[in-house]
Amino acid sequence: MLKVERLTKTYRTAGGPLTVLRDVSFELAAGASVAVVGPSGSGKTTLLGLCAGLDRATAGTVSVAGRDLGAMDEDARALVRNAHVGFVFQNFQLIPTLTALENVLVPVELAGDASRGDEARALLARVGLGERCDHYPVQLSGGEQQRVALARAFMNRPKILFCDEPTGNLDDDTAGAMVELIFGLNREHGTTLVLVTHNLELAKRCARIIRLKGGAVLHDEATGAA
Amino acid sequence: MNFVLQMAWRDSRASRRRLALVALSVVLGIAALVGIGSFADNLQRNVEQQTKALLGSDLTLESRAGFSADAQAYFRTLGGEQAHEVALGSMITFPTRGNQRRLVQVRALEGNFPFYGELATAPADARAKLATGNFALLEDTLLVQFGVQVGDEVTIGRQTFTVAGALKKIPGESAVVAMFSPRVYVSRAALETTGLLLSKTFITHRTYFKLPPGRDPELLVPELKAKFRAQRWRYTTVEERKRDLGQTLKDTYAFISLVGFVALFLGAVGVASAMHVYIRQKIATVAVLRCLGASARTSFAVYLVQGAGVGLLGALLGAALGVSVQLVLPAVVKDFLPFPVEFLVSWPAVGKGALAGLVICLLFTLLPLLTVRRVSPLLAIRSAAGEPPGADPWRLALFFVIAAAVLGFAVWQTGHWATGVGFTLMMAAGFGTLAGVAQLVSWAARRLVPRKPLPYVWRQGIANLHRPNNRTVLLLLSLGLGTFLMLTLVLTRQTLLAKMLAIGGDTRPNLMFFDIQDDQAARVAAIAKANGAPLLAEAPIVTMRLTSLKGRPVEDLLKDEKSGIPAWTLRREYRSTYRGELTDTEKVTAGRFTGRVAPGEARVPVSVEASLAKDLQLSLNDALVFDVQGVPVNAYVGSLREVEWQRMQPNFFIVFPLGVLEPAPKTFVAAVHAASPAESAHLQQAVAKEFPGVSAIDLSLILQTVMGIVAKAVFVITFMAAFTVVTGIVVLAGAVLTGRFQRIRETVLLRTLGATRRQLRQIQLIEYAVLGVLAAVTGGGLAVAANALLARFVFKTPFVLSPLVLLISVAAAVAVTLVTGLITNRGVVDHPPLEVLRQET
Repeated sequence: MLKVERLTKTYRTAGGPLTVLRDVSFELAAGASVAVVGPSGSGKTTLLGLCAGLDRATAGTVSVAGRDLGAMDEDARALVRNAHVGFVFQNFQLIPTLTALENVLVPVELAGDASRGDEARALLARVGLGERCDHYPVQLSGGEQQRVALARAFMNRPKILFCDEPTGNLDDDTAGAMVELIFGLNREHGTTLVLVTHNLELAKRCARIIRLKGGAVLHDEATGAA
Repeated sequence: MNFVLQMAWRDSRASRRRLALVALSVVLGIAALVGIGSFADNLQRNVEQQTKALLGSDLTLESRAGFSADAQAYFRTLGGEQAHEVALGSMITFPTRGNQRRLVQVRALEGNFPFYGELATAPADARAKLATGNFALLEDTLLVQFGVQVGDEVTIGRQTFTVAGALKKIPGESAVVAMFSPRVYVSRAALETTGLLLSKTFITHRTYFKLPPGRDPELLVPELKAKFRAQRWRYTTVEERKRDLGQTLKDTYAFISLVGFVALFLGAVGVASAMHVYIRQKIATVAVLRCLGASARTSFAVYLVQGAGVGLLGALLGAALGVSVQLVLPAVVKDFLPFPVEFLVSWPAVGKGALAGLVICLLFTLLPLLTVRRVSPLLAIRSAAGEPPGADPWRLALFFVIAAAVLGFAVWQTGHWATGVGFTLMMAAGFGTLAGVAQLVSWAARRLVPRKPLPYVWRQGIANLHRPNNRTVLLLLSLGLGTFLMLTLVLTRQTLLAKMLAIGGDTRPNLMFFDIQDDQAARVAAIAKANGAPLLAEAPIVTMRLTSLKGRPVEDLLKDEKSGIPAWTLRREYRSTYRGELTDTEKVTAGRFTGRVAPGEARVPVSVEASLAKDLQLSLNDALVFDVQGVPVNAYVGSLREVEWQRMQPNFFIVFPLGVLEPAPKTFVAAVHAASPAESAHLQQAVAKEFPGVSAIDLSLILQTVMGIVAKAVFVITFMAAFTVVTGIVVLAGAVLTGRFQRIRETVLLRTLGATRRQLRQIQLIEYAVLGVLAAVTGGGLAVAANALLARFVFKTPFVLSPLVLLISVAAAVAVTLVTGLITNRGVVDHPPLEVLRQET
């Protein structure tokens, strides 16, 4: 489902070139789950951005669902994201001007499908927000906003879900409930999961952990989790 | 497309207050454009009517020889209505006033002339009396000058008439005709009894035409010229008279166009400024949309739809507001109007204004919108991810399109390529300078301003000028450009007013004496001085005819139909002068003005008026031979001059140097300024008493006409400028107000951290004061430069600069910035931080 080969990312800075990711390779089958961990500045977010087609690699390739993202222009990558990818961000990233329901509907409406209102409501109900469909992000708590984001991430039935510190801004209880939702929905939908986190306990819920340091893979190990 | 529209609509929900700000700039800009366009149309229509009234007919034909029976028969086939007039110069005598004499123009009018405008008399029925016997209608100034009453006697030729009344106003006179002699109207039958028709050599015959609807006088003239080729008629049409109104009216139109353009441009700057802020706040949303699979084009389209929606709404509201302004204007300004202007909604102006406003608004909206295309989806997970490096070629292309649109609009409005290009360059220079100053300010605030000795509020206020996401460039551009445009208007208005007042001002000559003989000149000057009206101008007049042009006799040229030289320029009797220097109404455009030649010079360098030189197809050094009352004088074109004919003082086609014409028989013309009609009459009587042969012309009537036009133009300029200045202030306020949203979060954070309201206000005050002063000073400097260029190249008049006006304007711009900045930020410091933070989420 996701194939990363010799991925390198170098930024040009005032002080000269800065390589934040070097020679990273791994492969994920459909339905697999992986946690990317490492200290700040180790290249976790950069790796996630490249895997999701949000940025271009300096060297190496990324393939999602058998399609080489490096060969595509930004609009083509956008189509791939819309068709195959779901996102959950640390800062929720809901569109403040849209209601919870409208936020969830964005991915499918973008694809030209305006008939899935009921499905969106059901997804919101699944994350416990069936009564809050018409609320704006500002009217929701942090945990509620993240649950809307999760419902939005599953709305286009993604083949792969990228989560960037999904519990980073939540308290322990809310974070725990959120984690259950992520893994529960992941199982229900058979989605491949890529989770970037500092939280080792959370990482261990994934079948595999890739540990980054200084932009390179330090360890790549199975956890034994299902 | 469905998603784009839906998203655009949904996304606008929480931002409608901000979008209303954008729309506000457009609404007022377009309203100004529609209002001004409509007003300009109304004004043009009224001036058109006014011009028709000045001519009194659609077409006037003038002939020395009279109109043949054939011609008159043909005139009747043209339809419409005609009137005929016979006019001749004659002295009249007032027996009841010690037989005082005066040169007048006696006229006999048959028909219903004037067809447009009115012939006003006092008493009102005086004209009707003429047909009933030997009654005469005298120019009002004659009655004043000689103390004549209605019912008194006046002798014209060998007939005695009774004064039926005073002629107050009659259309159809050019200033030149009225200058030379006051008018006296009698009936045609009565004129026959004076014997003047037999004794006078120079009789002018005029036929006035009121043409049937659809008959264009401009087309009729060539038709008549072709049919009556042998006749040397003089044709005057409304169009020609309009041209005669001259540069002053042209200036007014150019100014109106400029005002319309400035209003739109200001509105567009407001749009770009507000949209820039709006789009900045939408970047995160765009990044999320991109993450969720929206293409760059889709994200761009969402905000383009919003921009277009705002533009469309603004155009509609602006058009409606412009129309309502037009509808309420008669009631609002009725008492202030110096002439009755009928206000009608000009639908073409409404359409043009709304369309032009929409197009310009969209183009300016695109400028900040282009950023949306380059927002990286990475921004959703990494706040530092900015735009890709390198210049955006689309942005460059858009600048070109905007420049082309601005140029197109300017040319369309002013009707001149040169003016349009000049104005566009001026705008570009303004933009460039302001952007440069803004960069300089940012740099200086970062590098040059010392930090340590400054208190915290100063450090924070100055730091606001260069920190990331600073608004220095944007505000300096908006405020500076606003100040620049508004001040340009104020200064231009001042320059135009100065020009107009110079033409018809309170100290210009309004009384001319002519036929002053050589030995009378000094005494006339003394009498004028003794009566409190010293000579303002004096010039000798020597009559002469042209006998040869560039080696070809004038007779040959007159026979040569292909020469293209108008016959009147060859046949006329030139009343030339000689002097050693130019007057302030003249400017040499080619060659060198020679003030004196040695006596007996074989070829005399003369100065020829530029338009006459063009008619005579003369260039520098071309040979001319004049017959100066029997003596041939060889001359050549030494210089060409532009003459401001509007100025009421002796102006000449040909000016000789000193040292040639002094021995020739000559008369003098002298000009003075009389403070009142009574003073004018008193002086005229004093001169006439000593020198009965000296004639006087009171220019007060002509000046009144000119001043009437000036008053109308002044009113229009003031009204237009005020309209645009108010629009500019609103846009300035909008620029500051939109900035509020940018600063709101950090202001609230500072409050949360314990900053007092006083400290917050001081920080804002410092930032706005620095920006306001810099914008006002830079804008002021640009306005002065622009006005100097406009004065020189467009209005062709000396540049007038009042430092006080400049100072007041700059101070006002700073004050507006500060007051608006502080008022619009009041809400931020007065609300609980949490409430504001939540609103901003």
